[in-house]
Formats: sequence, C-alpha cells, structure tokens
Amino acid sequence: MKSSVLGILVSSVLALASSSSALALDGDTYIHDPSTVTWCDGNYYAFGTRGGGLISSDGWTWRNGAVRPGGGAAPDVLKIGDRYLVVYGATGGGLGGQHSGQILTMWNKTLDPASPDFKFTEPVVVASSDGTEDCDAIDPSLLLDPTDGRLWLTYGTYFGFIRLAELDPKTGRRIEGNTAVNIAIDCEATYLMYRDGWYYLLGTHGTCCSGPNSTYNIRVGRSRTINGPYYDNMGMDMLRGGGKLVVAASGRFIGPGHFGLLDLGDSVQKFSCHYEADLDHGGHSVLDIRPLLWKDWWPVAGDNFKEGTFVIQSERSGYALELAVDTVPMPQIRHRLAGGPSGPPGPNTSSAPLPPVAPEAPTGPVALQEVATVAKDWPAGNIKVRLGDYIIRPHQKWTITPVVGHGGYPGSPFFKITIAGTDRALAATADAELVTVPAFTGAPEQLWRIDQLTDGTYRIMPKAVPNTKGEFALSAVGASTISLVKFDPLGDQARWTLRSP
Amino acid sequence: MNLLHKTLTLLCVTAVASASVNADDAATPSRSLAPYFTPAAPGPKRPDKDGFVQRWLLLEPINKPNRSNAGFVDTYVRKELPREYFPGQFTVIPRDGDRVTAEGEELVWHAVDATDFNVKLFRFASGLGKRVYGVLFLAVTVIDCPQEIQNVRLAVGSNSASMWWVNDQEAVGLFGDRRMVMDDCVSKRLTLRKGRNVIRGAVINGPGMSDFCVRFIDESGHPVTAFTTTLEPSTR
Repeated sequence: MKSSVLGILVSSVLALASSSSALALDGDTYIHDPSTVTWCDGNYYAFGTRGGGLISSDGWTWRNGAVRPGGGAAPDVLKIGDRYLVVYGATGGGLGGQHSGQILTMWNKTLDPASPDFKFTEPVVVASSDGTEDCDAIDPSLLLDPTDGRLWLTYGTYFGFIRLAELDPKTGRRIEGNTAVNIAIDCEATYLMYRDGWYYLLGTHGTCCSGPNSTYNIRVGRSRTINGPYYDNMGMDMLRGGGKLVVAASGRFIGPGHFGLLDLGDSVQKFSCHYEADLDHGGHSVLDIRPLLWKDWWPVAGDNFKEGTFVIQSERSGYALELAVDTVPMPQIRHRLAGGPSGPPGPNTSSAPLPPVAPEAPTGPVALQEVATVAKDWPAGNIKVRLGDYIIRPHQKWTITPVVGHGGYPGSPFFKITIAGTDRALAATADAELVTVPAFTGAPEQLWRIDQLTDGTYRIMPKAVPNTKGEFALSAVGASTISLVKFDPLGDQARWTLRSP
Repeated sequence: MNLLHKTLTLLCVTAVASASVNADDAATPSRSLAPYFTPAAPGPKRPDKDGFVQRWLLLEPINKPNRSNAGFVDTYVRKELPREYFPGQFTVIPRDGDRVTAEGEELVWHAVDATDFNVKLFRFASGLGKRVYGVLFLAVTVIDCPQEIQNVRLAVGSNSASMWWVNDQEAVGLFGDRRMVMDDCVSKRLTLRKGRNVIRGAVINGPGMSDFCVRFIDESGHPVTAFTTTLEPSTR
C-alpha cells in the first residue's frame, strides 16, 4: 500500500490534474465478507469469513488480530447497550455443496481480544435452512430499529429468498413464534439501515469469489415498513430482482460487496465493504471504507478523497480559499466598446466603463498566470488566508496530497494542502485560526482530514490544533473570513466543494 | 458470501465425468414439482396480472456441464444455445410427454403452469429428480392473440444466460452470469400476429439457482395481457 501512495505522491508533483488511482486502506487489509466495521474501546474491528478479522486504531492502517470463534461465514456485529452481538452463518452458502445452514448469535462485552472481559457467550441458533427450502441461511446482518428498539436479522443468498426475522435485543435469541418474512431474491450479503422514515435494504448482486472476474455490486431498495416490500428507484420489488446501484467496480478495485454502515455522526457516513479483487495487491479480497452519500433520499457511494489540485470553495459564500496576498492583474484585452466612435450612441452616457462587445479581430488564447511569476512577490514567512472571488489565480489553487506515515482516519490517510506548485502549506494555529507556512514539515497542524459529507460536500479538519483539545473544522465564519470552529452539520458554514481549478 | 461457486467448482469436476445423475449435483429429498408448478390445466390461460407468461412446455435439463457461469460470454451463448440438440428442436411444437434424445439422454417434455411469476427451473429439475447444475433448459409456449398487437417487446429475466425466439426470429439474448431480474433484457419492438405465436427459450446454468420470467410490455413499459396460452393435449 505504501508503494502506491508513494507513487501517487510522485505523480502529483508531475501533474496538477485531479485524476489518479484511488487509495485503498493501509496495512494488512485482506478479508472476505467483512462485518460492519465497529468501534470498540479505541479500535475499529472488522470480522471476516472463517473467523478472525482486522483491527485498526484509526480506520486507515489495519492489522490482523481480531478474534471470532465459530468459523463459518460472513459475520456481522452490532453494539447493543454495553455489549456486542456477533452473528454469523455456519455452513450454508453452498458450503459442502448444500444449502442447509444456521445463523448463530453470541455476545461479548468487548471486541478487544486482549481485554480481560473478552469472552464470547455460547452461540445460539436464531435461524436455519434445511437445504431444500427456498432459502440458504448465510450472510446475516443486524439492525436495531431506532424507532422502536426492535432487533432485526436479515439473511440468505441467491438460493431462494432473503429473509427477515426478529430477535430479542436483550438475549440475541429469536423472538418466540416469530416467522421469517421473504423480502428479496437474487442477492446476498444483505444489510438493513434506517433513515428519515425509510428502511433501506442493501444487497450484493453479481458473482462472488471469482477474483477479478467477480461481478459483485451493491444495490438497494427501500420501504416504509421493515417487512417491505422493498422497491428500487424504478419501482421494482426486490422480490423480483430489483435494486438500485449503490457501488460497482472502479479504479483498480473489482467486485464490491458486503455493505456495512459506519455512521461517524455530524453528517459523516461511511460504509465498509470488501472488494473481490484489489488489482494492486495480487487480485486479493480486501477491506475498504468509503463515504456514503445521499442523493434524492437514495444512498450512493462516494469516493475517498484523491490527490489533485482544486479550488476550495465555500458552500456558504461561494468564495474560494486564497492566500491573503495582492491579486496580480492579468493583461486586459482591449475591446471595441459599445457606442464607440463608429457606432450609434450607447445608452450609457455616464463616465462608468462601457460593457465590452465582440472584439474587432479574432484573438488567441490568453496564458494563465504562473505561480512562479507571482510568488516571488509574496512574503517569505507565514501568510494568512481568506475567502475571495475566484478568478483562476495561483494564490487560489491548492494541491492536496496524501501524506505517508502519519496515520489517517476511516478510509483515508491524512493530507497536506499546499499552494499548487509550491510547498507553502495550510496550517492550523494555536489560537485555532489558519495560516500558510512557507514549507510543509509534517507537523500535525499541517495534516488534514477530508471527509466527504452525505451531500457530497467536504468537511476539512486539521489533525491537531496546537496546544488545544477538541475537533475543529475549516469554517467560513464570515462570507470572506475563514477560521477553525467546531463543525456544525446543520449549516453550510463548514461545508466545502472541491472542484477542478 | 456465496461459496457455491467455489464449492461447485469441485463438485462439477466430478459431475462432468458422468452423464448420469449423481448424489452431489441433484437435489435429493424432493420429488415433486409442487408448490412451484402444477400440471398445465386444460383450456386457455391468461398471463398473470403483470403479464408474466406462466404456462410452458419445459424439457428436462440437457446435460451441459459448466463449472462456472462466468463462461457464459456472448460467443459461447450464441454458439451453444441456438444449437440443435435434437431433430425438430426449432420447428416442432412439443406436447406434454413427448420424448427426445439430447446429449445421449432421453428427456421428456412437461407442460406446466408456474405458480409464481417466474419459472423456477432449478425446482423443475430437482422436483423431477434430475440434475440441477451444469444444465441447459429448453422452454416453449404458444400464445394466442385475438388480434394483431404491434410494438410490443419481449421482456426477459433469467438465471443464468438465455436466448429467446418469437415466431422463429431471435428476439433477445441475455449473456454472462446473470441474476433473474424482471425486465432485465428487452427485445426490439415486434408484432404479435393474430392467432398463434410461438416463443422458444433456452436457459443455461452452471452452479446455483436457475429460473426465468417472461412477459410482453408495450411502448410505455406496461404489461401486455391481451392473449392466452394454450398447449396441445398431452401425449402421455
């Protein structure tokens, strides 16, 4: 992974374009059928098929070490109260060539295998399939309904129906007398989530387990009630194969599957999945964490932030982040003016400039201002920043580059933000303001976390503010004034659009 | 996580070595088409309210070993599905109980009414005690239109790849490792003539479930239901 990041760093020096290869997670990320990434006692955990799983302290760099007994396939985990309920499928899914399977649950007070409290309860069977019925009990997932506290289990694969069953959130056992409901066909690795009055059923379509030839992709339908019917954007019932695309293959990654919601709060939602094949790592199956966006009340996958050169534009004012330096004028093209000597009198008889009209003769391209041309006149030391009208000037273009070896956050490494073509870097100050320093040093206040929010805009936060605790985000505290304040998810003050310059 | 593909890779290695049904690749306990099918009832049958054609003549599965559905690329499907596996395959309208020999096996046509919108071929095969994986299914039906219907499209979903013909003309093909999605692939506009129209289909499957759903839709995507299906009397 580090080699690919290094490659990106090198290429970013050579090109200002924003296109690049996507970043995958760092460290040991090999896993298949991961559970929802879950936070516990200072670490993130993802469990996989056949037991075991991955651990990360920051959600970016991962290592082996999670422990899950029971073997089987495709676990999920959900925190309920102060305990963790782990669910997994034993047999099923064609294991042994047949379709008899069992779904089991077990509790643990912690997911940390080093904790003295780490002890799983005896697993109990909560659902099963007999091998001939229209269901194969595998690929379970859990939803604790935020509206009423009821606990729901979905399970199943291509062999027949995806089923919904109710569990007791106190015991993790099946509610006595509960009958499973068929809610989808032709998918697997289903997952339920709730948002704004809708239940969303996500399922993985396509072919599993064929490496770079896998066609896995994640789709979704939604319903006003937990029992369905779940319809896609075309009104097609998931019981008839419906499903709106959430994420498919992209970049160097083929076959995303096994969705799991990672809600970080403050309008930052991400999802975990695995790719059937990471072409940068031998085509192995790897974990990823990506932004989850919402468009017209449908979830769609965002992309983890990639390096490139951007305008950092405020959603509040539309103004662009810029160095507080003189704007150097560009040579102005002289135009024939309306109402000029050869034309009729114009309506504007004041002394104000007249609007330009078509030039008298064709003109060629006008060169953009080069940073080297203007930067020589900038102060040598720290330079403040502000927001201003964007007019394609060098002091308004920012190159954002991943930084190796300084950790990260779920789905991404930290980034540096520098004036394009220079090493002048954006930094947080000890009084929670902003400045640019002449050269990037790797100090925590020069490292930036860039999260895509659910509306597609970005939240930009320093890794640290010197001598200060708490989290701060780049915010347009005035239309043209920028500072660091606590992120407010309800407004546009701290939302930023990163667009091509 | 469907380990079926991986597991069946091994199973099918065994299966392909034998033309006969073995315990690994045939569903064992059930020997009934219920509740997925009933014998085709006498008299005409209308499509269901969504236009899905539920009455079909299905041939017992032809042995067609494939370890994976990933091999169902266009070239393979176009070569193997239109192939004549027995004389009269594309000209004769079979009757319930008719027997043919394909790939060295005697196979029987069954006239059935699907009980759901989709025709569950896996259950058809397993219900008859036939092999369920590495197979090719053939389907035929005849629809009777009281009058000509123009500008309709044949809309098909199938698991896995399939090809379909209407009145001897290729109408639509579904290629690759497909899941059955309603209205997945749709033909060009075509005309259903007054009287009899013959629909033929071929569905191939390696491992996993197999089924299809077929209906006609109009220019607005709405189901066409102004026809019936009537099959010839059984020869049993």
